[in-house]
Amino acid sequence: MTQATDQTLDQILTLAATHFKVPREKLTPDDDFFKTLRIDSLQALDLLTRLENHFHVELPDYELQGVSDFRTLASRIQARL
Amino acid sequence: MLNLDQYSCLGAALRDALDRWPNQECLIESDRDKERTRLTYSDFKEMALPLARALEDADFKPNDRAAIIMTNQSKWLISAYAIFYAGGVLVPLDYKLSAAEHLQLLAHSRAKFLIVEYHLWKAITESPEFRAHKVQAVLVTEAPPSANLAGAFRWEDFRRKGDPAFVPRQREDVACIVYSSGTGGQPKGCVLTHENYLEQCKALTAWYPFWPGVRYLSILPTNHAIDFMVGFIGPFVCGACVVHLRTLRPEFVRNAFVRYRITYVSLVPIVLKNLERGLKANFDALSAPKRLFLNGLIGINKALTRWRPNVALSRGLLPQVHEAFGGGLKAIIVGGAFMEPSTLQFFYDLGIPVANGYGLTEACTALTVNDLKPFRADTVGKPLPGVELRVLNPDAEGIGEIAVNSKMVMSHYLDDPELTAQTIVDGWLLTGDLGKFDGNGHLQLFGRKKNMIVTEGGKNIYPEDIETAFEELPVKEYCVFAANYVWPAKKLGRETLVLVIRLEYGQEFNYGLREAMLTCNRRLPDYKRVGAYLVWSKDFPRTASMKIKRTALASEIGKSLDRAAVVAL
Repeated sequence: MTQATDQTLDQILTLAATHFKVPREKLTPDDDFFKTLRIDSLQALDLLTRLENHFHVELPDYELQGVSDFRTLASRIQARL
Repeated sequence: MLNLDQYSCLGAALRDALDRWPNQECLIESDRDKERTRLTYSDFKEMALPLARALEDADFKPNDRAAIIMTNQSKWLISAYAIFYAGGVLVPLDYKLSAAEHLQLLAHSRAKFLIVEYHLWKAITESPEFRAHKVQAVLVTEAPPSANLAGAFRWEDFRRKGDPAFVPRQREDVACIVYSSGTGGQPKGCVLTHENYLEQCKALTAWYPFWPGVRYLSILPTNHAIDFMVGFIGPFVCGACVVHLRTLRPEFVRNAFVRYRITYVSLVPIVLKNLERGLKANFDALSAPKRLFLNGLIGINKALTRWRPNVALSRGLLPQVHEAFGGGLKAIIVGGAFMEPSTLQFFYDLGIPVANGYGLTEACTALTVNDLKPFRADTVGKPLPGVELRVLNPDAEGIGEIAVNSKMVMSHYLDDPELTAQTIVDGWLLTGDLGKFDGNGHLQLFGRKKNMIVTEGGKNIYPEDIETAFEELPVKEYCVFAANYVWPAKKLGRETLVLVIRLEYGQEFNYGLREAMLTCNRRLPDYKRVGAYLVWSKDFPRTASMKIKRTALASEIGKSLDRAAVVAL
């Protein structure tokens, strides 16, 4: 993993923790975010919108398809930065 | 609307619809805040016929099968019409499945053609199983100019001049093969005829009619039986308009209601609940006096619409709520899974009728729908015209398995005569769902006889289909059950999958094993994951061919342990 992806990952974890009111230290890169954040697929789409605004990228809904951990999500975002 | 009794196939009905309302809008496609496409019925025809001609020239013959794997968009419907025009059989596949699952279903359905969106095709070509695929021709939509299409054609270029020959089909001919479950085990391909669809459409539109000017917001995947019927066939044979969104982010869905003044929408329970949460949060944010005033208006609306909905009155009483839904919404259609009565009642009290129904892919789409005369939140409504339902072997409370006799019942499961014979007995489709009728002829559902769950997103999950995900688990044996199958609940909801494990002799359950379970579980899409596990202390009963006797094991577990014995994963 590159340093850039590490930074992206860290920002995603911080943003998810803030938005879903979960202590940042409880989130790790390989967490299943549906379980850790206790969210459903629609709330995951909401998270995607927030990530788009933060990183200034446009992510089609299908980028989230089959993705459930923060690390993969970070790599998808990194690919569009 | 068209008189569907006069038609023998979907292609002919759709063809006449395109000619009857040439200047009416039939499709609008929006991507976030930008509108991408707006087509009249005449535009639709102009786009579809060159595709039908190109299919014909590419040796696509009557009865050949063509699969579609696409998100909801105009090219889905245009392609489907071209397939029907050429006399083909449509195989609509769930775009949310994995590439390996797509390839498995393509092989099972023996589709000769595939029409697929570029990002989905890319995933399919990267799958290890890709080399073995036998699809003869692939049409890819929206591929970037520089994309390597691995031998596929560009959908946008796949068109030929000249009038294609319309191929009529008989009512008993196959129209679609629809997969009612995921894969992993035995795919269940429901073979549905033109008659199934024409009868279903006639029955549904008798209670919930469309007309020119109606705008239907298509959110459920079009491969899903509900959207295929009420987001394509139904609106088209009535001259109505379908609105597609390229993103289902809640904020854009909300905007679409207002922007396009939506008349009807179909939702699965998870989306309806999300809307309820959003509205309640807005109500909670009101000051105490405003909240009190709103509650008063809701109370008045509730009293005045007790016996039948009066949307115009409700709009006058609660304008802000209705404006948030565009001001033109007549009803929300909900189905595909169990919906809590409290959510249905919440919307009805606001003057937004929710047509709750019940159906299954094997019976085309819907069997019962609430006719709103009066609204009932505690039932799934009455049987549609042309649907005969029976409760088999009712217990003392009148609850038994629901069986269906109707022209809407599928022909058979593809390549599975054994399962077909178990499911359709003497012309009656055994649904596996438990229910009873109340004194007013409304159907109430109480659970399932089958080992399966239906997610809030409307997906059928068969435990056998996901067991392979746990193959690496270092235990003696394991099995997955629907919790309600082991512990019959006599009510719907609380549906979860339970992984039952039997440890090796001397093995102890430890942290590492739990981690291994979590790792295996993560490989499954979120909606297919098991929610709990149970350590079972006896060997599993097995048949002579060493297959697990699932019913016997479930019964043994159910009798020995309480549902509370399962541990959340």
